[in-house]
Amino acid sequence: MTRSSSPAAPPPTTFEIVANGHARRVAGGTTVAGFLAAHELDPDLVVVERNGEILRRAAFDAVHVEPGDELEIVHFVGGG
Amino acid sequence: MNPARGTDLMTESSARTADRRETAGGLTLGDRTFGSRLIIGTGKYDSPQTMAAALEASGAEIITVAVRRVDLDASKEESLLHWLDPERVLILPNTAGCYTADEAIRVARLGRAAGLSDFVKLEVIGDEKTLYPDVLELLKATEILAAEGFTVLPYTSDDPVVARRLQEAGAAAVMPLASPIGSGLGLVDPLGIRFILEAVSVPVIVDAGVGTASDAAATMELGVDGILMNTAIAEARDPVRMAAAMRLAVAAGRIAFEAGPMERRTYASPSSPPAGRVGG
Repeated sequence: MTRSSSPAAPPPTTFEIVANGHARRVAGGTTVAGFLAAHELDPDLVVVERNGEILRRAAFDAVHVEPGDELEIVHFVGGG
Repeated sequence: MNPARGTDLMTESSARTADRRETAGGLTLGDRTFGSRLIIGTGKYDSPQTMAAALEASGAEIITVAVRRVDLDASKEESLLHWLDPERVLILPNTAGCYTADEAIRVARLGRAAGLSDFVKLEVIGDEKTLYPDVLELLKATEILAAEGFTVLPYTSDDPVVARRLQEAGAAAVMPLASPIGSGLGLVDPLGIRFILEAVSVPVIVDAGVGTASDAAATMELGVDGILMNTAIAEARDPVRMAAAMRLAVAAGRIAFEAGPMERRTYASPSSPPAGRVGG
């Protein structure tokens, strides 16, 4: 199918990702830092794994959450 | 605890333990040396305030934490790290709850990415009821993580063959259990711990099972390099006082080991001179 004359479709306003094992909708253009802020998480106190790769904290501002991403966001809790 | 004495095993091991006595002064793990030989956990406390007070009372310089998913929907509580000063204590992430080498490696990497150290307390559980380690998976994970530069402290069984394999795989210490995690049963197999002390040159830290202060002292008297405990303190009626007791017990047991206890004998030996008795 060709749609030669129509302008590029706008990016979807929200899309689905999986965060800590649960589906979640996020707005297009959300960065990892933005996702953390939306959940009141201090970026210095969590570690983020995106699609199996650990993200450096320095990259949180630059990396955008993409449709279908799988995020693991972990922190330290009491343990022996 | 009544350590068997006078057996061939003990004659042989006395040379080995004499070597260990010379390492008095601190607990060296990887490239760091710690003044305290007591390592404590942060689990099961009623409040972080109690945990922090127990840490203070214990004198511990290493404290374990678990790596878990953040609850994205819960209102955010104060981070555990708020209560721990990384300048004063080494925060030691564990891999508790992992059942395969792959899971444990993933959690170890996440823990290291927190940026506090390259230490990991490596746990790979093989049985839900006893929480005994799966030593085959443990060995695999130890080898891979040691190659990645981790200072690997594996929780293991009290088997000297496994302990030696862990050392060969690059473990910075071996951490045999005294009895099942959280059981408080104390040291059920001192012989196994003695065999491990002979089998490896890396530090031996007894991890899990200590119930009260006498367990800790008796365990240290075997010549182990340290003890890691959590439940014994957290589930005491007064965790802060128990932490203080454990600090003293670990130190007392260590000093007694370094001092070299007397030989046991079957019959009495008078402490006062037999000669010169009045009316004798």
